[in-house]
Amino acid sequence: MSASQAVLPAASTTIARAAQAGAGAQGFVEFADVEKSYDGRTFAVTRMNLTVARGEFLTLLGPSGSGKTTTLNMLAGFERPTHGTITLQGQPVDRLPPYQRNIGMVFQNYALFPHMTVEENVGFPLSVRQVSKADIATRVARVLDMVRLKQFGDRRPTQLSGGQQQRVALARALVFEPSLVLMDEPLGALDKKLREHMQLEIKQIHTMLGVTIVYVTHDQSEALTMSDRVAVFNNGGIAQLGSPDDLYNTPQSSFVASFIGENNTLEGVVDRVSGKECRVRLNGGGEITALAVGATQDSACHVAIRPERLSLAPAAPGANALPATVDGRIYLGDHMRLLARLANDQVLTVKVGPEATMANGETVTVSCAPNDCRAFPADPGTGGALPKQGKTT
Amino acid sequence: MSALQPSELDRPTLARDRSAADTDLKSVTAALRRAEFGDRMRSLLLAAPLLVLLALSFGIPIVLLLSRAVYDPTIAEALPKTTAALAGWNGQGLPGDDAFAALAADLKDNRAKGTAYELAKSLNARLPGARSQVLKTVRKLESADGQAALEAMKSVPFWSAPTTWPTIQSGTSTLTSFYLLSALDLRWNADGGIERVPPEQAIFVQVFLRTFFVAASVTLATLILGFPLAYVIANVPKGLAAILIVAVLLPFWTSILVRTAAWTVLLQKFGLVNDFLLFIGIASDRLDLMYSRVGLIVAMTHIQLPFTLLPIYSVMRTIPPSQLKAAYSLGARPFTAFRRVYIPQVFPGVMAGCLLTFILCLGYYITPALIGGASDQLISNFIANYVNVELNWEMAAALSFILLVFTLALFGIFARILGLDRLKLM
Repeated sequence: MSASQAVLPAASTTIARAAQAGAGAQGFVEFADVEKSYDGRTFAVTRMNLTVARGEFLTLLGPSGSGKTTTLNMLAGFERPTHGTITLQGQPVDRLPPYQRNIGMVFQNYALFPHMTVEENVGFPLSVRQVSKADIATRVARVLDMVRLKQFGDRRPTQLSGGQQQRVALARALVFEPSLVLMDEPLGALDKKLREHMQLEIKQIHTMLGVTIVYVTHDQSEALTMSDRVAVFNNGGIAQLGSPDDLYNTPQSSFVASFIGENNTLEGVVDRVSGKECRVRLNGGGEITALAVGATQDSACHVAIRPERLSLAPAAPGANALPATVDGRIYLGDHMRLLARLANDQVLTVKVGPEATMANGETVTVSCAPNDCRAFPADPGTGGALPKQGKTT
Repeated sequence: MSALQPSELDRPTLARDRSAADTDLKSVTAALRRAEFGDRMRSLLLAAPLLVLLALSFGIPIVLLLSRAVYDPTIAEALPKTTAALAGWNGQGLPGDDAFAALAADLKDNRAKGTAYELAKSLNARLPGARSQVLKTVRKLESADGQAALEAMKSVPFWSAPTTWPTIQSGTSTLTSFYLLSALDLRWNADGGIERVPPEQAIFVQVFLRTFFVAASVTLATLILGFPLAYVIANVPKGLAAILIVAVLLPFWTSILVRTAAWTVLLQKFGLVNDFLLFIGIASDRLDLMYSRVGLIVAMTHIQLPFTLLPIYSVMRTIPPSQLKAAYSLGARPFTAFRRVYIPQVFPGVMAGCLLTFILCLGYYITPALIGGASDQLISNFIANYVNVELNWEMAAALSFILLVFTLALFGIFARILGLDRLKLM
């Protein structure tokens, strides 16, 4: 961003003016070298660069304490970065208080106002914007219709179920037509079935309104279901940013591989690297060929293999074949998981069809293609926040 | 705009088949009620010692004392003959000689029984100046009988005054509205209507108004001081909040007498407050803070602060920070967010705190007695005076009764406006 933009008196600048100023080729939301520290020594967020495109559904995913909520709070204006700049539609917003950012936000526990009816709650952002009473009534009715709560307008939030409260919060964050909506673990308090249902509903609203959504969750399946892109957070930084497909199939670190979906991890040492592939000597015996993802010659590494990529069928030429004994069977209806104990005592989970007949103690050969095995450097420290994640849009 | 499919998931599931379940439901409800009855009795049993104690030490004495406001048998018991003689009197002019003779006989009896002074005091409460007249007449009657006694009675002008006999007659009835009316500066007039007492005798309405004014001032002062403090305590980190709470409660753990005495040290003419005011140049001369309304309100505000603050704090603590954050994110400026989101939610706590302080202030006794001047005595001081000094328990009971009625009425109004369940006292 240019210096002339940075020195504009941000506090008096509205988002509308920022839009007129022209965002150019920049992203809709941009974090540039943003850092946040609460005590001056440790960092909740370290040197983060992130660009969100207009209309995108971006999820910040990570374990608790990984910095994703701090990132969201900085974007909403509740926290100030200690370093770096956040730009919204080309305009730095560091000095803009939350009430001037025009960002809709859905809170973890909804934060509905208990002393107001549903209609008053949803009408609140309009009434503080001095919209006329008649206008408020029409717009509230329209948005309540959209979240299918038309007949609940005169109820109090406490008289609604969790899912209904969630929809009121959603309606309230959308009614003033913000171009950006933030959601902080909005489905965390709902049970599994309702959560899955609401995921679809939020996704539909996103598609319908074309609004940009930044969504925070620690639930990886939620992230995969809903997002256009996911930023996986670890230790205050973005470990990997990409589409759900990218993250699942081509994780760039052992942290991402184990955090997203299920993975078998085999520990070993890289014997030799040849092109993209490498040969790994497993701890306790055995060898395997894997894709080298950052693993280097003679270094300790973790080999990650998805359970569904392992097979008990005879190995194709060039594939890995590992002798094992069946150690347990977990029946899950549509499929079965076999626990296969390797010669070195490591146990692999293998996803097989529900009709599999292998009995405990039976000897099998587990096979997988080298392309499905990813060897990451064993990094006991940070677990792999990538050094300086570039803008990947 | 409704592009979404209707969902069954979060719709409350309806009861199953109604008619079939109905009879089942009744027997289940009955069984449940039986089971709950036993539980309820057991928990009542646990509270029984306290209930008995309350009834014996609190309920019954209050009822007995308050009943004195309307039930006063002293005169009727002391003057049985007069009571009989006045039974047929119409209250106009003076009664016949038989009434005078009966009164003379009654007075002699009282002297013989040693109850003359009590009677004199009781009549005096209703008829100022009666005490000396009664005692004088009793002495005159000492050596007089029959006609001589009648003449002795007639020779005292008091017994022929127009107000004397109607007062005696109303005194011979054991149920009386005299004290209750007096407590409101009212009395019966000669025509059987109710009128105000002459201004020079009226005191209680003014004292009640003063009591309400002081209570309201203290309530307002504690609210102005306590609300911001409660907000701070509710929003600082836990450790600091605990320290602040202790700081608020510390004086609360000291006896009210000690705190009041401490204020007399601070507020007196050559006390610390006056020294300080002179030092910073706010006052050019030493102020009369002791024995003044200002001093009284300052001391009472200090004592009452925790009562107002704690209910407000306990409500504020339950309001998550996300409420204000949500208001900001929806476009509300800090003041608007505070006014439209925060204040309405702490309102029940504010009401509870103010009500608590206001009602407690209505009954203040020690502090006005020690710090207030002669014109700052509250209704409790008058009640105490009637109980301890004047020994006129009837008047004390009447004043207490009026105070209790006002207090209950006030509570009722608050409860009505706000709803009792929303009144969060602690």
